[in-house]
Amino acid sequence: MSDVITTDAVIIGAGPCGLFAVFELGLVDVKCHVVDILDRPGGQCAELYPEKPIYDIPALPIVTGAELTSRLLEQIKPFGAEFHYNQMVTELIKHGDNDFELKTDGGLVFRSKVVVIAAGGGSFQPKKPPIPGIDSYEGTSVFYSVKKMEAFRGRDVLIVGGGDSALDWTINLQPIAKSMTLLHRRDDFRAAPDSVKKMRELVAEGKMQFRLGQVTGLKGEAGVLSAATVKGNDGATFDIATNTMLPFFGLTMKLGPVAEWGLNLHENLVPVDTAKFETSTPGVFAIGDINTYPGKLKLILSGFHEAALMAQQAFKYKNPGERLLFQYTTSSSSLQKKLGVN
Amino acid sequence: MAKITFIQHNGAEQTCDGSPGMSVMETAIKNMVPGIDADCGGACACATCHVYVEPEWVDKAGPRNPMEEDMLDFAFDVQDSSRLSCQIKVTDALDGLRVRVPAKQF
Ligand SMILES: Cc1cc2nc3c(=O)[nH]c(=O)nc-3n(C[C@H](O)[C@H](O)[C@H](O)COP(=O)(O)OP(=O)(O)OC[C@H]3O[C@@H](n4cnc5c(N)ncnc54)[C@H](O)[C@@H]3O)c2cc1C
Ligand code: FES
Repeated sequence: MSDVITTDAVIIGAGPCGLFAVFELGLVDVKCHVVDILDRPGGQCAELYPEKPIYDIPALPIVTGAELTSRLLEQIKPFGAEFHYNQMVTELIKHGDNDFELKTDGGLVFRSKVVVIAAGGGSFQPKKPPIPGIDSYEGTSVFYSVKKMEAFRGRDVLIVGGGDSALDWTINLQPIAKSMTLLHRRDDFRAAPDSVKKMRELVAEGKMQFRLGQVTGLKGEAGVLSAATVKGNDGATFDIATNTMLPFFGLTMKLGPVAEWGLNLHENLVPVDTAKFETSTPGVFAIGDINTYPGKLKLILSGFHEAALMAQQAFKYKNPGERLLFQYTTSSSSLQKKLGVN
Repeated sequence: MAKITFIQHNGAEQTCDGSPGMSVMETAIKNMVPGIDADCGGACACATCHVYVEPEWVDKAGPRNPMEEDMLDFAFDVQDSSRLSCQIKVTDALDGLRVRVPAKQF
């Protein structure tokens, strides 16, 4: 039984809106833990467009997704929120008024007064190539991520893709696999040049193969793969013998477990009121891309505003009966103390 | 105005008016053409606006840009005629353009 982490608020999602929620909650002394499936903060900004410019963040005429993330992290630093990455919140259970239990797929258990769903477009999940029959091999011969490297020892591994995940796992699994083949549609890679160089060295040393082409079919029986049928770039078809295929085609967003938490949903979004950004379950808030209300715009700046209003109500749940004084960060010495600038 | 025809996997055709300056993806979304998901809204960050340009139009549609070429790594069944439709700008020269929509964006 794992130790239960008790806290004021759990924020689900470390995208820009989840990060800014740490700030707004921090100003009203609501302590939080932040959970994300990804291995780093930033949500879509970090995963989908770190290098691309954003032009509509107030007072930042131009900022990239990666920069925005690092600036937010700097801004929320004083509040000492704890981050839990590589964890998907799978369960949200209400035990009573302002008493929620959350569980993650990694075995973490939280108990909190308030829950802030900042899950954006949902959980990032690996894209599954629409190869006929692929479902029947999933979990036995086809894997979309590597949880334990040992599971691949002694296997005939075929890795498909040309990004960092594909190249990193090619290099990391090659020493323990029985055989290793990398298949990609072109002889050019978006992965880091260093990994590409390393891969080419392994090929030159005869330790692995690199083939050009795209998988069109799978051969095997009872969930055990024997070969992948590949269309080469010259149009000819050939088979690559393998019992373990790892396709790396990037990530896509799926609503995921949020759908199973008993909240009202509207077209895969969570309806909220526009005074507190609270869901149909009191104490559970939804901010950022995941929520919906009349006039909703899926913009980062909208999520920031939603975080500020949400925090007012979260304060009331933490401190029933207490009045929250409206203060400016510019002039309030108590806010400045929290920010560590005074 | 340029007429753009989207051909579905099952052969169904839909011809839409594209305005110069818009992308082929935007033309599809505006006209609710099925099969163009465009999850990232045209930022060349999702590859769910994949189309096959009909052979006679490949040259006119122009070459892929490097970012698009990278992003096509995340599409399925990429062919020589594959493009990301958010990266094709509608011009008068593309009046009559015909593109095929894959069975499934992924
Ligand atoms: C290419 C592109 C360009 C964009 N340009 C702009 C722009 O110029 N201006 C603008 O304002 N907006 C822009 N956006 C939109 C903007 O990125 C989103 O509005 C913003 O990211 C929403 O932030 P969020 O925090 O709500 O969610 P997200 O950024 O989607 O983050 C949600 C996080 O929650 C995590 N999560 C989900 N479910 C769970 C779970 N069950 N357990 C644990 N973690 C979970 C996810 O892994 C993710 O990291 C753009 C989007 C894209 C894709
Ligand atoms: S719309 Fe996302 S890549 Fe074209």
